[in-house]
Amino acid sequence: MLGRGIIRGLIETGRNFCGSYHDKERLTTVQYPEEKLAPQENARTIPFLVYDGNDPVAGLRCTACTICEQECPPQCISIVKDTVKKPDYLGKMQLHPKVFDIDITVCMSCGICAEVCPFDSIKMDQVFELAQGKRSMILHKNNLAKSNTYFGEIHPTEAAAVNEARAEEVRKAEAKKAAQAAPVSA
Amino acid sequence: MIATPEIQTARTRGIANHELLEVSMGPHHPSTHGVFRMNVLLDGEVIVKLTPVFGYLHRNHEKIAEKNSYLSAIPYTDRLDYICSMTNNWAYVLSVEKLAGIAVPERAEYIRVITAELTRLFNHACLAGFLLQDMGALGTPLMYAFREREKILDLFESLTGSRMMCNYLRFGGCRCDLPDGWLKQAAGVLAAFSPFLDQFEALLDENEILHARSEGVGVLPRELAINAGVTGPGLRASGVNYDVRKVDHYGIYDRFPFRVPLGEHGDVLDRYMVRILEMRESIKILDQALREIAPGPIIDPKAKLRNLRPKAGEAYGRIEGPKGELGFYLISDGGPTPYRFRVRPPSLINLTVLEDMCIGHSISDVVIILGSVDIVLGEVDR
Amino acid sequence: MNALDQIFVTIQHWLAGLAPAAVQPLVSMLLIIGGLMGVFGGCFALTTIIERKTLGRMQNRFGPNRVGPFGLLQPMADGLKMLTKEDIVPFSADHILHFLAPVALTVPVWLAFSVLPFGRNMYAIDLDCGILFFFAIGSTSELAIFLAGWSSQNKYSLVGAMRAIAQMISYEVPLVLASVPVLIAASSLSLPAIVHAQSGFALGWVPRWNVFTPWGIAGFALFMIAASAESNRCPFDLPEGESELIAGYLTEYSGFKYALFFLGEYLGLFAVTGLGVTLFLGGWQAPATWLEWIPSWGWFALKFGALIFLFIWVRATLPRLRLNQLLNFAWKFLVPLAVVNLVVAVAWWQSSVWQFPGALEVRWLLGTVLLAVPYVWLGRAWNDVESAPRHYRYAE
Repeated sequence: MLGRGIIRGLIETGRNFCGSYHDKERLTTVQYPEEKLAPQENARTIPFLVYDGNDPVAGLRCTACTICEQECPPQCISIVKDTVKKPDYLGKMQLHPKVFDIDITVCMSCGICAEVCPFDSIKMDQVFELAQGKRSMILHKNNLAKSNTYFGEIHPTEAAAVNEARAEEVRKAEAKKAAQAAPVSA
Repeated sequence: MIATPEIQTARTRGIANHELLEVSMGPHHPSTHGVFRMNVLLDGEVIVKLTPVFGYLHRNHEKIAEKNSYLSAIPYTDRLDYICSMTNNWAYVLSVEKLAGIAVPERAEYIRVITAELTRLFNHACLAGFLLQDMGALGTPLMYAFREREKILDLFESLTGSRMMCNYLRFGGCRCDLPDGWLKQAAGVLAAFSPFLDQFEALLDENEILHARSEGVGVLPRELAINAGVTGPGLRASGVNYDVRKVDHYGIYDRFPFRVPLGEHGDVLDRYMVRILEMRESIKILDQALREIAPGPIIDPKAKLRNLRPKAGEAYGRIEGPKGELGFYLISDGGPTPYRFRVRPPSLINLTVLEDMCIGHSISDVVIILGSVDIVLGEVDR
Repeated sequence: MNALDQIFVTIQHWLAGLAPAAVQPLVSMLLIIGGLMGVFGGCFALTTIIERKTLGRMQNRFGPNRVGPFGLLQPMADGLKMLTKEDIVPFSADHILHFLAPVALTVPVWLAFSVLPFGRNMYAIDLDCGILFFFAIGSTSELAIFLAGWSSQNKYSLVGAMRAIAQMISYEVPLVLASVPVLIAASSLSLPAIVHAQSGFALGWVPRWNVFTPWGIAGFALFMIAASAESNRCPFDLPEGESELIAGYLTEYSGFKYALFFLGEYLGLFAVTGLGVTLFLGGWQAPATWLEWIPSWGWFALKFGALIFLFIWVRATLPRLRLNQLLNFAWKFLVPLAVVNLVVAVAWWQSSVWQFPGALEVRWLLGTVLLAVPYVWLGRAWNDVESAPRHYRYAE
């Protein structure tokens, strides 16, 4: 009969109208900036550099191996190595970057840099309120360095796994050192 | 459609006499499909000739992929058909796996099927919404479709870190495993999707205005569809039984008994209904996959991420994307970057028959026909 | 009746009494005009925001809610925006006609409000041929649309204006035909008289509004459909559809003139809705005697608001009809049904002398059957384009 489909459509819209006053399902707007949704654990926006402890210079995990610079698809990372070496968490002497710049207007948030880093030193951050008045935004080493505690707050599962793996490495290194120091009993 | 010299002279004369009107629809368009332009020659209200003009979104994807490594091309494939990033990833990764001979573990195959079918669900829902928006329904069905899409995007964000640009699949598997509770959340989203489809159908299926606007409009004959290389729901709506999932048996689709809906007339209503029916089939596939997925490795441990240098050769990997057959043709010369990287974009190939579908209809219909072809300019222009 | 009911009339008489006796009629009329313009101008502003918020709620979202509490100052922001926009007139356009067109749209619509009764004793003029005046004035708005399309000297505008006029002329016919039974029932063309003819209660509790008769229901439905087509509202908003190429007669208008077009369109909607309330829903009368503590103008406002909500509801749900379908619908479906409705109305009134027990039920049955059969038959014929129900086969 002519009109039946139209009546069914009107009933559906009417149901949505009435439902929007009491059913959360039918009014799904989150009124930003007064209400904010917490980001999911895995969310990624721009990279940041992790440092252990409290000193962003001495504790910086990055060894300037430039793997992230090579693998970055839009090539937004630029690294200049420093000539001075400093010890890492296992005591080995490693290089570190003098200059570590990321142009975050070029960065496409793919996370490949975090995926290929062999030292767990560059990870993906969750901040997205980055807008400013400038045209090109380059973040330098001091802007990018954030502590391991912060990493643990934003990505708890991943940080726990990384911390566990690094602790395991330290234990293995200590065991090896202890085995070398104590002579093997015959 | 090739115009003979006589027809061309008649048209030029018609334009000079002000009988025929040449109009440019777009590129900055009221009906949002991206930056797409159509040069239309009108006789009164009826269309005599239509020339699509595109390229406004060309971003050099293929050239960039030929300059960067195989791994770095994956985030760029997300941005091809920017609503369906998971299926784009799969097509590329499939062709690299063919090229380099990499095997994929079973859990990764299940995850690929789950994400691809979720993508198909929200792509078809978005299409239904946008098509009705073009018809003038002021965005109501669109908002309902987007409400469901938000839930699936939340799933993707908890899995991959990003809602749309997922960058999730890798050569030999997936980037990371499913987090705890993801399967339960996915089952919840799926359980809510069937009632949404029922409500959507209640809103629109018998709607007389929808039928009046779309029946008999934009008919694509079967022979023309096959000859022009049209694929996807547009081809199946014209009655041709061709679904790459059934033809190529890629992935583990053989384990899922799903049906392929076929239309009969090939008009806009058939293309719309075929997509709605495909959504129901996808829900069945997803139900089964979410039940059957078992723990295991998610990536081939021997697969190289960095510095992949496949042996010299060529491979063409294709999947049934939500818009049609998406294929990647790769030629390797043994180096770290592909020698040739070519995308077969389904939206572009489906657009070649736009003129044939639109001739003889009025301008109001062109917008609807374009909407039913389901294009995304990221894929047309790359 | 009670003081609240006649409060506006009382205020008007008091204010007019303050003026010298020679100019009292003039002052009285000016007060009415000022009141009407104020109330319906405010109604326009309120309707724009309520429409956007209602559409939003039906689409699972809030409407505008940033400007003012609950977004209620949004019309102020919109008005300010329209006023400060540059007024661009094309070089080759006919400047006088280009300026006249929005004026020619708005002024007749204000005139149409003068015959509507908004409450007991609340009408500007009681013309003997009120409804004829209303329809005549309503048709002048079509001239304004043609002026707009012609003066823009733009081929697209002209074609768009032609389409709009074709639509509006086609829908005038069912509009008028649907109101003719009401005139038969009331034996008068004067609107306050039509409202009085709907007073009283049948069977003790059912109000004698015209909508509670078989021809009234059909007539009301026809009237509402034709009214939404006259005001260019979805599903008949082809002339201003956003996804159509030809932006229609409004292409060359910007700034305040554009706002005036929208004002004219919404006021036309209000006028024809007010007429619908007057003709079919009993005007300002309450549906039961114990509800008469709500003043008469309050009842008018409630019924008016319900009809506007119905228009907004339909707008949110339905897609748009194409031009040829629109015109076919008017001429091949609505007009025949309106003529049948007329016959049914006459049959109803002739059979009102029947006194045997069960007469009312028989009259209702007769009216319903006489209307339902053409409706179903015409509906099938109109739907018959390619309407074999579709079955989709599956391949394995």
